[in-house]
Amino acid sequence: QEPQACGLPEYIKIVEVGPRDGLQNEKVIVPTDIKIELINQLSKTGLPAIEVTSFVSSKWVPQMADHEEVMRGIERHPGVQYPVLTPNLQGFHSAIAAGATEVSVFGAASESFSKMNINCSIEESIERFEEVIKSARNMNIPVRGYVSCALGCPYEGNIVPDKVAEVSKRLYSMGCYEISLGDTIGVGTPGSMKKMLEAVMKEIPLSALAVHCHDTYGQALANILTAIQMGVAVVDSSVAGLGGCPYAKGATGNVATEDVIYMLNGLGINTGVNLRAVMEAGNFICTALNKKTNSKVARASFSTGTI
Amino acid sequence: AYPKRVKVVEVGPRDGLQNEKNVVPTPVKINLINMLSETGLQVIEATSFVSPKWVPQMADHTEVLQGINKFPGISYPVLTPNLKGFQAAVAAGAKEVSIFGAASERFTQKNINCSIEESLERFEEVMKAAKEANIPVRGYVSCVLGCPYEGKISAAKVAEVSKKMYSMGCYEISLGDTIGVGTPGSMREMLAVVMKEVPVGALAVHCHDTYGQALANILVALQMGVSVVDASVAGLGGCPYAQGASGNVATEDLVYMLNGLGIHTGVDLQKLMDTGTFICNALNRKTNSKVSQASCRL
Repeated sequence: QEPQACGLPEYIKIVEVGPRDGLQNEKVIVPTDIKIELINQLSKTGLPAIEVTSFVSSKWVPQMADHEEVMRGIERHPGVQYPVLTPNLQGFHSAIAAGATEVSVFGAASESFSKMNINCSIEESIERFEEVIKSARNMNIPVRGYVSCALGCPYEGNIVPDKVAEVSKRLYSMGCYEISLGDTIGVGTPGSMKKMLEAVMKEIPLSALAVHCHDTYGQALANILTAIQMGVAVVDSSVAGLGGCPYAKGATGNVATEDVIYMLNGLGINTGVNLRAVMEAGNFICTALNKKTNSKVARASFSTGTI
Repeated sequence: AYPKRVKVVEVGPRDGLQNEKNVVPTPVKINLINMLSETGLQVIEATSFVSPKWVPQMADHTEVLQGINKFPGISYPVLTPNLKGFQAAVAAGAKEVSIFGAASERFTQKNINCSIEESLERFEEVMKAAKEANIPVRGYVSCVLGCPYEGKISAAKVAEVSKKMYSMGCYEISLGDTIGVGTPGSMREMLAVVMKEVPVGALAVHCHDTYGQALANILVALQMGVSVVDASVAGLGGCPYAQGASGNVATEDLVYMLNGLGIHTGVDLQKLMDTGTFICNALNRKTNSKVSQASCRL
C-alpha cells in the first residue's frame, strides 16, 4: 500500500452489491447454497457491507426468489452489514421477519425509468418508500436510498443534475442515512459525474453520499476517482464485476470490486478489504456461473500466477 | 483544470497489431491505417522497422509505409530501434520516427539484450542521423510504473532516462505503463518527478489497461497538465506478460471520456468505432473497447 495521496478520503467504505445487483443481472440463476457460500466468503474479506438479496416478488425477479432462505442461511459476521432491498411495505415486513437489520429502497431521477421499471411515477414511488422508511424508523432499522439514472437514462437520455439532487434530497429528508447515486447505464464520464455531484452536494452532506458506477462504457474507475477527489467516501461495487447491463446486450454492468480496491490501494486509501480474498470469492462465483470474470485485476493476477 | 485539447496518438497498427496473436495481411493493415486517417486522428503509428526475425508481425513494414494513403496534417511515425532500421524507414518514406527506451535495466536486457546505457548510445546514432535529415524523433520510456522483472520502478529512474532522451533531441517523451500495474497514486508520483526534468508540454502517457486502471491513470495525468495520450483502436494488443489479459487502452473509450470532459480531440467517435469493428472482424476477435461493445446494440 502506498502513502495516502493528498486531498482524498483516508478511508473508503466499499458496499459489495455482487450477491444482489450482480446475481440479479446474470443470465444463469444461481442455486441458494451457492449464493450463501458466496456471501460467507465475502464476509471474510473485510468488506463492511454486503447487499444480500432482494425481498421482491419472485414473479418480477426470479433470481431473487430464495430471498428468505438466503437471509436465514448466511453467517452473520460482527461488524458487517447485510442490507436487503425492500421495494414496498410487504417486502419490508418479510425482510424483518427473515432477520434483516438494514434495508434499501430504490428511487430514480427519471420519470420514464420509474414508470418502465416499477410501473409508477417518481412521486408515487416515493410515497411507497415513505411507508417503508416510517416502519423502519419505528424499528430502528437503517434505510439506504438509491437513486438510479443519476448520469443518464436509457429512455430519457440526459438527466438534469438538479433532478438528481431533488430526488436525493427527498429520500434523505425522509430518513435514508445514505444516498447511493447510480450511473445505471454507465454512460457517465468524469465531466458529468462532477456536475451531478456539485448539484447533489448542495442538498446532502458529503458523508451521506455514495457512488454506484457501472462500467458499461469503461468509465467507472475514472468516475469513481472523480467522486473521491470531491470527497465521496462510499463506493458500491460487485465482486468479479458480476451483473451485465440489461439495456445493452452483452455489455458489462457493475464495476468490479477487485479493480476498485486495486485503485484505492494504489492511492494509499484504507478500505479494510483483503484484495486476494475478494479475488478468491470472485473465482468461486465465476466457476459456479461458468463464466469469465469481468475484473481485469483478477484476470491479470490469475494469469501471471500472483494468485 | 483540464487541458482544452488533447492530442491522441493512435498506436493500434503498430503496438496493437504487434501484440496480437493473429498476423494480419498487408492489405488489411493498410486499410486499417487508411480508415484511421479518416477519423480525425492526427498521429497514427504505422509500423516498426525492426528485423522480422524478432517481430514477424511487422515484417511488411516497407510495403505498409509505402502502401498507405498519407493525408496532409497527419503524422505516420514508425519505430526505428537502430540506425539500420532508421535508414530503411527513411528510404521507405518515413517522415517521423520513434525510439524505445526503458526505466528498467532487466527489462532492457531481456527485451533488446543490452543495458539502458548501451541502448541510449544506439539511439544517439539514430538521433544524429534524424537531425541531419530533419526528421522528428519521439522517445518512449517503458516500465514507468512497474516492471515485469524488477517490480517497483523508482520515479527518479524514469526521470533520468526521460531527461536523457529529451536532451538527445526527442521532441516528445511517451511514458509507458508497460504492464498496466500503475494506479492514479503511482502515476501522480511518477509525473511529479519527471516534470521536474522534462516540460509537461513534451510529455505523453501510454497506459495499458491490464488492471483496468488506464482511464483513471490518464485522468490524473490530464489533471497534472499532460495533453498527449496514446491509445489503440479497439484496445488492440494483449499483454505479453499476462496471458489472456488486455494491454493497450482502447482509443474509443479514451475519446468517450475526453468528449465527456469537453476536451477537444478532433476525433469522430463513430468513425473510430467503425474502424475498430473492421479490424476486429479481420482479426476474428471481439473488441476490447467497452464503448464499442455497449454501442453496437443501441
